[in-house]
Amino acid sequence: MIDYALAAPEIFMTAAICVVLIVDVFLRQEKRWITYTLSMFALVGAAVVSLLFGTDSVATTFSGSYVADPAGNALKLFAYVIVALVFLYSRDYLERNGLYKGEFFVLGLFGLLGLMILVSGNNLLVLYLGLELQALSLYALVAFNRDSAAAAESAMKYFVLGSIASGMLLYGISILYGIAGTIELGPLAAALTEPGGLTVPAIVGLAFVIVGVAFKFGAVPFHMWIPDVYQGAPTPIALYVGSAPKIAAFALAWRVLVEGLGPLHVDWQGMLVILCVLSLVLGNFLAIVQTNFKRMLGYSTISHVGFILMGFIAGTENGVRDAMFYTIVYVLMATAAFGMIILLSRRGFEAESLDDFKGLNQRSPWFAFVMLLIMFSMTGVPPLVGFYAKLVVLQSVIEAGLVWLAALGVVAAVVGAFYYLRIVWYMYFAEAKDSSPLVAATDLRTAISVNGLSLLALGLFPGYLLNLCASVLG
Amino acid sequence: MTVTIAHYLVLAAILFSIAVAGIFINRKNMLLLLMCIELMLLAVNFNFIAFSRMLGDTLGQIFVFFILTVAAAEAAIGLAILVVLFRNRRSINVDALDSLKG
Repeated sequence: MIDYALAAPEIFMTAAICVVLIVDVFLRQEKRWITYTLSMFALVGAAVVSLLFGTDSVATTFSGSYVADPAGNALKLFAYVIVALVFLYSRDYLERNGLYKGEFFVLGLFGLLGLMILVSGNNLLVLYLGLELQALSLYALVAFNRDSAAAAESAMKYFVLGSIASGMLLYGISILYGIAGTIELGPLAAALTEPGGLTVPAIVGLAFVIVGVAFKFGAVPFHMWIPDVYQGAPTPIALYVGSAPKIAAFALAWRVLVEGLGPLHVDWQGMLVILCVLSLVLGNFLAIVQTNFKRMLGYSTISHVGFILMGFIAGTENGVRDAMFYTIVYVLMATAAFGMIILLSRRGFEAESLDDFKGLNQRSPWFAFVMLLIMFSMTGVPPLVGFYAKLVVLQSVIEAGLVWLAALGVVAAVVGAFYYLRIVWYMYFAEAKDSSPLVAATDLRTAISVNGLSLLALGLFPGYLLNLCASVLG
Repeated sequence: MTVTIAHYLVLAAILFSIAVAGIFINRKNMLLLLMCIELMLLAVNFNFIAFSRMLGDTLGQIFVFFILTVAAAEAAIGLAILVVLFRNRRSINVDALDSLKG
């Protein structure tokens, strides 16, 4: 018996995307706002459906291949908010740069649909299909600006590396299928716990799966695409790639590693420690030497991924909760940081160099303050929420007995403080290169202010979000 | 000599290795990269079918149908990106992908 109600958000989203796709074909360029409005309604509608059909318990449908649980529901609701913010931030920029096309919204929503399927996947096939739906939308989005050679180049690199990663993931899945005879997460975990199970082939399969997960996160040494895509893609698309897919990466790691391959925790813990250490070290040190702000954010992402992985390394219930908390906080910070680039950009001018932030305080004291909040939160300065995110993941690795890793995390955070605070220094103590006033639209200004202040508000009351993460993971 | 599951798995592993090596060694033509990616997915399909036969379970074969479909979509997007790249750069040389670095 198939219970379609459990998959209601995905079904609604698919229908809504089809409507947006068809309506957009009949619109002239000056009516493009209809596509934008419809996309926003699709997101609001999906949120309503998710809230109406959300369950307090864990329930599976479609022969156990699809699972509806509170954590998945919470991640989806958060993803709607983030994608709505991405669309809101992007509209103004796209209009100014001649990229205001329906494809952006349709591909953005398809990417979100992939994320939703990934979040709710309960077997490796559904997880793979969700992953690919999102990845294919992202490849196309990165190459969205047809006339930009840099965008095409970064799209090609992203595509080739992403395809290798999904090939590796599939190879790992095929080995796990051969050993366990099932691809469903629960039975897979049960088959792997059986004494005398084939451990060596299982670890080989696990290693391939880890490559796929690490690529999705952008952990070193599978990080090569992140700086190139962030720099090469148009800013709204870098904003999209840098935010929502991190939720998908978290969901993939949580479903596959914790729920499916939980019995192999001892084995994947070691692999994740290597990825985590490399990400923390390389991400932070390479970020220091960057002059392009988008590229610097790329390397900063890599170092944040190191912190997210810490939660998984601990492997406890608290560890997963902390990883989820860090992911949500990071996505909020990244959305705000890319939003600031859009805010400072004008027609034909991208505020992507670090120098463009010089003297921002003279041009707009309020947005200099918002940027200060974002940078302080990324550094991990109390009372901003970035501090608590770092604190809880460090606590969880200490509880797991890896004190040296926590110490390395602290050192990495201190090194990271250099390049974040350098921007704050530029904003307040350097002379502005161009002193023209900001031209961004009112909705963008309001949204980015709310986004920045949410980092402060969540930092003042971190317990609320942390308890929410704990209760949905149950 | 009877053909056992091990033969199929070794064949798949060899195909997979050729694909990975092809991606990293090839410095000339980007079309070859796309071919290597396809070969990689086909090697995985070999694995799935062999295991499916070994386990007497159709699930592996169903998985292969999905992989084939996704591979077709992936190839379409890859070629589309290649066309965009060629229009901008007038070259599909792998070495030409060097403007973004640091």
